[in-house]
Amino acid sequence: MATAADIGTPTTQAQSQLKSLTGAKAGRLQQFEGHDRWVVLAMLGIPTFLHVALVWIPTVASILLSFTDWKGIRISDIQWVGLRNYEQIFTVFQKSFFQALINNSVLLVFLFIGPTTLGILLAYLLDRDIRGTRFYQGIFFTPVVLSLAVVGFIWKSVIYSTDSGLATQLFGGGHSIDWLGNQSFVIPIGDRFGVSANFLAILVAIAWRHTGYIMVLYLAGLKSVDSSLREAAMLDGSTEWQTFRHVVFPSLKPINVVIVVITVIEALRAFDIIYVLKTPRKTEVLSILTTNNLLGEGGGNVGRGSAYATILFILCFGFVIWYVTNHFRNTQEGADS
Amino acid sequence: MTARNTHCSPRPSAFGFALDRRGLLKGVAGAAALGLGLPIGLAHAQVEIGKASGELTVGSNYSDEVPKSGLHAAIEAFPNKNVTVKLNEVDHNTFQENITTYLQNPDDVIPWFAGYRMQYFAAQDLLSPIDDVWASGLADHMSEGFKLASTGEDGKLYFVPWTYYCWGIHYRPSVFKEHGWMPPTSYEELQTLAKSMQDKGIVPFAFGNDGRWPAMGTFDQLDFRMNGYQFHMDLMKGKEKWTDDRVKNVFKEWTNLLPLQQENPNGRTWQEAASGLVSGDCGMMTIGNFVGQAFPNGDVSDLDFFPWPEMNPEFGTKTIEAPIDGWLLAKSPKNPDAARELLLFFGSAAGQEAYLAKDKSVIGAATDIDKSLFNPLQQKVLAAVSAAPTVTQFLDRDTNPEFAANVAGQAFADFLADPSSIDSILDDMQSQAEAIFGG
Repeated sequence: MATAADIGTPTTQAQSQLKSLTGAKAGRLQQFEGHDRWVVLAMLGIPTFLHVALVWIPTVASILLSFTDWKGIRISDIQWVGLRNYEQIFTVFQKSFFQALINNSVLLVFLFIGPTTLGILLAYLLDRDIRGTRFYQGIFFTPVVLSLAVVGFIWKSVIYSTDSGLATQLFGGGHSIDWLGNQSFVIPIGDRFGVSANFLAILVAIAWRHTGYIMVLYLAGLKSVDSSLREAAMLDGSTEWQTFRHVVFPSLKPINVVIVVITVIEALRAFDIIYVLKTPRKTEVLSILTTNNLLGEGGGNVGRGSAYATILFILCFGFVIWYVTNHFRNTQEGADS
Repeated sequence: MTARNTHCSPRPSAFGFALDRRGLLKGVAGAAALGLGLPIGLAHAQVEIGKASGELTVGSNYSDEVPKSGLHAAIEAFPNKNVTVKLNEVDHNTFQENITTYLQNPDDVIPWFAGYRMQYFAAQDLLSPIDDVWASGLADHMSEGFKLASTGEDGKLYFVPWTYYCWGIHYRPSVFKEHGWMPPTSYEELQTLAKSMQDKGIVPFAFGNDGRWPAMGTFDQLDFRMNGYQFHMDLMKGKEKWTDDRVKNVFKEWTNLLPLQQENPNGRTWQEAASGLVSGDCGMMTIGNFVGQAFPNGDVSDLDFFPWPEMNPEFGTKTIEAPIDGWLLAKSPKNPDAARELLLFFGSAAGQEAYLAKDKSVIGAATDIDKSLFNPLQQKVLAAVSAAPTVTQFLDRDTNPEFAANVAGQAFADFLADPSSIDSILDDMQSQAEAIFGG
């Protein structure tokens, strides 16, 4: 908005008069003459085209395919089956589906109360210019440069190996511990579902990486907090916690929003670490169920895979809509005031 | 051989065809029909190595070091030097996962498995029949069972057998000798042996089920020993029910065996389990011959196996699990003549000997192969497979792969985690089988 206004500044008054005569659309286009117009069209058109072609067409195709039965080989073999895939997911495949839904939700909650809180705490402590702060920052940040898939391999072979892993040596007392295969529920939810021991083990590995990520983001934010604010609070006699809670934390709102978004997306798209661990039983997440039905040697089951993808899409899209409306409403309010 | 850290059972796949009397008769009848159909056979030009020229693309999922060098050696040995073979090498797992997409625009010659999974693609009209290659000499040095394993549902041949291995109970002869044990000849003897191992503080069966396919091997052995080949194959094809009492009996017997198997199998890789066999902490392991790779330097001189003993006199030890690997011809190859020549060569003793010079973990499929090349373990595999009248694929190759990966593997893992819940596991399995086979 601002940029468009800037470009049009010399003729703004004339434009606004013209706008009232010819309507907003004509007025806006009138601002750009000849060459400029083509540049603007290209700059808007190419990304729009790419976005529609690479994001929305496949999305709509997936939604349509979720109502079909298709082996993924020949277009002519696609059969319309209505809601059958969804019906099967909620009945015969419910054991996997609801477990996956639970796991995605648990991951979301866990990321907030575990690594996010810890990351903020670490950032707050390291912001204190304590001795060796760079060293500690380096240590906590190192896992972040690894992809989650690599994190999975490291934890599986070094830490969680049933007979010889580090965690087995520390806690096993000479016995083997089945860290990644133990699918019994630590926190049961009803008779058939719950949070399994091996999923908790994976959560710890995810936290190992995510904590550093949050720490770095927050550390960057803390550096930008005006230190006079903190000093003023201290002079007014507020405690450490009060200063953080009422002065520092609110002034970091932009960073907090980024962290909420990153965490929610991270929880919904969780895939790589569980996939490289070969999806131990009861650690399924929605993205795994999707790929299990799409990839593979049998040509997969495009219909059911797409149905899982559509469910995941609806969840993500719900969050995006909620976030966008809220965010823009807040920005709007800020601008108005 | 291949990256064994896969989501499914190891490469050389399997064929699921009976070599029993009825199967043999059918094979003979088929051969006779082929003979009668001679004019059709002659309609194809006789495939003869040396006529074709130009570039030929060959797909390869032989991404591990040993099989890769073996395949290179085999292609190097291809006598027709007018053909330039271009090898399109893809990581093994990537190849398996993208096979459907790959087959829409494949290389001329494609690596794949015999049996159900070849038939599936043949039925989708993605492959060219190669009856002419078989008629040009291949049939002379392939067993009837292998020929049947290469036949599609329409009766045409689509597959060139290349290498195979088998499953059995593997052990270290030196450990057995040290304790004065003998390979058991009956199920009772096996149990006595296991008890004696436990008394000495040795875990009878090394067991790892990470990736959820290794336990399928134990299920297969128990099922075809207790219920026979035919029931097992019908169960695989969705024609028998998982809630059948015969299946429940298999799991009842498996529950009895669980104390003899290494505990906590679900998170342990088969390689980790095999290291127990190597170290002597475990006495035996139900696995394929590829377990030799877990031995130091791949030295298999102290590795032997015996077939799973008889459990039901009606079925004896007639069935063996022997996965076979081979080659397919694409639907519309760019250089069909060169592709047929290479397929003929891959099916010959000369082509397979070149490969086996590098890879000692498998057996060549050609019957006229130079057996003096084989080490004692390979000789035993050859003898065991030749002695078994019926041969199965591995579970994930005998059934719909989606059922194997998304249903059976998870059900077995659930059983191993909580054997007492087997009835509800089997109920779920049956309803999921109906959704997959019915759909």
